[in-house]
Amino acid sequence: MTAVVSDVVAAGPLTALWIWSRRNKAAALGGLLVVLVMLSALLAPWLAPHDPLEQSVLNRLDPPSAEFLLGNDPYGRDILSRILWGGRVSLFVSTSAVLIALVVGSAIGILSGYVGGPFDRVVMAMMDVLLSFPSLIMGLLVVAMLGPSVGNLIFAIGLTAVAPFARIARAPTLVIKEREFVEAGRAMGFSHLRIMGVHILPNVASEVLVMGSLWLATAIRTEASLSFIGLGVRPPTPTWGGMIREGFENILDAPWLAVFPSIAILLVMLGLNLLGDGLRDATDPRLRHE
Amino acid sequence: MIGFVLKRLLVALPTLLAVLTIVFLFVRVVPGDPALVILGDSATQEALAAMRQQLGLDKPILVQYAEFMAMVLTGDLGRSMLTSRPIVAEVLDVLPYTIELTIAALVIGVVFGIPLGILSARNRNGWADYATRLLSLIGLSFPAFVSAVLLLLVFAIQLRWFPVISSAALDDPSARLRSLALPSFNLGLIMVAYVTRVTRSSMLGVLSEDYIRTARAKGVPARLVVWRHALRNALIPVVTVVGLYLGVLIGNSVLTEIVFNRPGLGKLIVGALNQRDYTMLQGLMVIYAFIIVLCNLMTDLTYGLIDPRVKRT
Repeated sequence: MTAVVSDVVAAGPLTALWIWSRRNKAAALGGLLVVLVMLSALLAPWLAPHDPLEQSVLNRLDPPSAEFLLGNDPYGRDILSRILWGGRVSLFVSTSAVLIALVVGSAIGILSGYVGGPFDRVVMAMMDVLLSFPSLIMGLLVVAMLGPSVGNLIFAIGLTAVAPFARIARAPTLVIKEREFVEAGRAMGFSHLRIMGVHILPNVASEVLVMGSLWLATAIRTEASLSFIGLGVRPPTPTWGGMIREGFENILDAPWLAVFPSIAILLVMLGLNLLGDGLRDATDPRLRHE
Repeated sequence: MIGFVLKRLLVALPTLLAVLTIVFLFVRVVPGDPALVILGDSATQEALAAMRQQLGLDKPILVQYAEFMAMVLTGDLGRSMLTSRPIVAEVLDVLPYTIELTIAALVIGVVFGIPLGILSARNRNGWADYATRLLSLIGLSFPAFVSAVLLLLVFAIQLRWFPVISSAALDDPSARLRSLALPSFNLGLIMVAYVTRVTRSSMLGVLSEDYIRTARAKGVPARLVVWRHALRNALIPVVTVVGLYLGVLIGNSVLTEIVFNRPGLGKLIVGALNQRDYTMLQGLMVIYAFIIVLCNLMTDLTYGLIDPRVKRT
């Protein structure tokens, strides 16, 4: 097993990725989906055939046509362009939220596990309380109190994900801090900060990153749900959740309005879940021999 | 058993106090003036001061905290700023609909999820396993409002099997059940997906244990080994997951209620959001805190019922 891994690594990262993909087809497919959706969002300014905000009364609620591939919304705006631009907003908000939660949560988890004792118990009890709130309810209440803006959405969704990252970072910290190399570091007079950052963090990183890909799916779902309720980024800026809301309001006249953004969300969720599952299986030693 | 229940109750109390304190602090520490949020930018200074007084925000924070706790513990959450009715009465009016929906979804999740998970584990890497895993993955990928909109589109609008607006306030039991069907199926989908996954992986773990091999060697019929011997141990993680995702279910019930236009906590919360009913929002946060602590408590107690080992620790 070790020999195989080192061969793969020696052959270069691209070859390694190729070999890993051959073994984990589902995860690779998920990764591909995620990359495609991310690219389409990043490249929206070049890919979108129309201006996502340009209204045209003549094309109100038109079904898909050659010029507007996915049809038009109640203001005659191009749905395809709005989905591409909407992905930018949705993915930016959820990715930033997860990144912030990942950094803050891991720091809390490592610190709490490293310090230990009553401090650890109090911090973890607080995390448990935070964890017991469903992310959607918490996000909803936070945004309701702060008001919907990109910054507040990132804060609210990030807040819902801090506790899980703290938990996942703490568990390995408890084990690693007892290991010889940490003790050696301490004997050599390294500061606590250096031990946590240089010696413990790299050993926690893989689990935290796997968790990140799974939580990105949750964050996208929360962002879309908040937009659907009307607590997302303000219109006319397109978001997937907001577009589904518009489609829902016109569901009797123009069902495709709700269907196309739904497919966009489903694709990225499916991709992230497939990728997250594959990564978890790959890093979980109990499942490795299955 | 009674000692176990009491111990769990004692653990739940500090959690509840902590959550209530967070709710209290949250409403006050949040930047921005609630009075300004309620009245809008054009409000005069006098109006703002009057509103702060009405909300009790002009008092010292410790006094506010004591008053808040006293109110919550006596079961008084104040009055809705919109309807002037007591918040507890408003909540009690719609709570049965939310509970009805959540329990129906939970039952659907368990009734379909556990057999599917067992089927999947018994046919590991067979076609039934792959089909079940794919289905549960798709179930996990649906945000509740997306599946709700699609279900509504297909079954209520195109096929007309179910009413479009499931007003649950019906006296006729069969009509009420019919209006509950689509929303609870929507909410249940997520639960089926979670329960199937965890049943499968937990069943796989248990089936490879020694005592199962012993039972098989003794000649116990395969069906009995799975359903009697293995399932009891395999259920423990399932209960954890059901308990854990009860919160997710409560969150998603908000979305389901909005799409299907059902009365319930979800409609109440969105109404309060749109009308800036500040006291109602705070009251609902308290209600949710209670519900969540209660769910966690029930999960803990269920462990004790299923696994006698838990009681001793």
